[in-house]
Amino acid sequence: MNFKNFISYTILILFLGVIQIIFLKNLALFGVAFCFLYLLGILNLPIPISNVPLILISFGLGLAVDVFYDTIGIHTASVTLMSFLRPYWLKAISPTGGYDDSAKPNLPEMGIVWYTSYSFPLIFAFSLVFFTADQWGSGGFFGVVYKSLLSSIFTVVLSIIVQLLFFKRRREIR
Amino acid sequence: MLRILQFLYSLRSFLLFVLLEVLAIGLIVSNNSPQGAAFFNSSNAVIGSVLKTRSDVLDFFSFAQANETLILENARLLEQIKSLTQVPDSLPIPLDSAFQAQFKFTGARVFSNSLRFAQNHLTLNKGSKDGLKPGMGIFNQDGIVGRVKTVSENYSVGISLLNTGLLVSSKIKSTEDFGSVNWDGKSSKQAKMLYVPRHVKAQAGDTIVTSGYNAVFPEGIRIGIISSVNQGDDPNYLDILIDLSTDFSRVNYVYLVENTQIVELDSLYIKSEVVNEF
Repeated sequence: MNFKNFISYTILILFLGVIQIIFLKNLALFGVAFCFLYLLGILNLPIPISNVPLILISFGLGLAVDVFYDTIGIHTASVTLMSFLRPYWLKAISPTGGYDDSAKPNLPEMGIVWYTSYSFPLIFAFSLVFFTADQWGSGGFFGVVYKSLLSSIFTVVLSIIVQLLFFKRRREIR
Repeated sequence: MLRILQFLYSLRSFLLFVLLEVLAIGLIVSNNSPQGAAFFNSSNAVIGSVLKTRSDVLDFFSFAQANETLILENARLLEQIKSLTQVPDSLPIPLDSAFQAQFKFTGARVFSNSLRFAQNHLTLNKGSKDGLKPGMGIFNQDGIVGRVKTVSENYSVGISLLNTGLLVSSKIKSTEDFGSVNWDGKSSKQAKMLYVPRHVKAQAGDTIVTSGYNAVFPEGIRIGIISSVNQGDDPNYLDILIDLSTDFSRVNYVYLVENTQIVELDSLYIKSEVVNEF
């Protein structure tokens, strides 16, 4: 990862974090579907990034979001789990012959089918931990699953829209 | 030995994950325990100022609404002044001045508020500099809003009534039967009234107000209106659902109330070994 890429990833993560805190904090469709758009910042990091920095970045990001949400620890625990699962899931769904060296796990490069199958389970795992921790002791199991399912659908849809609108498509050489 | 170290090194990401996860869970637990010190929250100066700027912009769009409610509140207060300043037709008995000033009121602005989680909080623009203390009650013109949890110099964080951890001592206004209002984590417009025995004749439409027993709120601040009374699963208590009178999606300006005699009351409770549940 060269310096230019490093700067662009940092800006993306900070930008998504700010959007999350300012605009998406109180957004909930029908009171159940939340949007965790800042996860896109973690999901979009390059495929060969090693686990230790990935987990540390997510921990820091989760803590920062938590402070503004007044839910200290909940985002942190969920994002850390998600970033821990990410390499294993990437390995599980790798195409035959493995990934390109320069491939990025985002929509313009990998296509909508691959991207959905990559992001949805990870975001669902995140939401499951998030709502379990949030509703600990109150609310039943089905409420948690219901909220997680709708929230992850909403987040995936919104992250696809954001990528279609703002991510540069790499020029294809044929 | 070298092989053990190599083995641990190969597990480094898993070990780091476990360590950070335990740290995060520790933060959740310490933040949610009633006595737990809440260090990282929005009463921090930097975070408070960011949230305040956000709310400055957003509030611009709700000024008209806020003005309207303030005018209504003023009108109500004027009405009260009128009834208080009427010349009494009998000899008034002066109350003990210490007793009269049991509750001190002040106002604040809410600049961050959540209502979609199971543990909701709000952040206020006043702190210890303005005389706010942990434990003060928060309410607005419609009804009660919550309690102050932590205070920093300039900001403070309150637990919203929409927090499954908060119990508010309350009573049915018409029959004077008391219970505790607690949010069940479902709708932001409704809550449950707990511990009302089965013999009580509660009806849909009865008003619920604070009882004044827990010494945080003065008696008679509105909480809501009973929406339905069911027999419920518990053999001892009724299952009462209430419609909250406060619209938590529009809490802009709030009043804070402090009981100046709470220290005296608390020490009395401790001496007589009464467990006072807030």
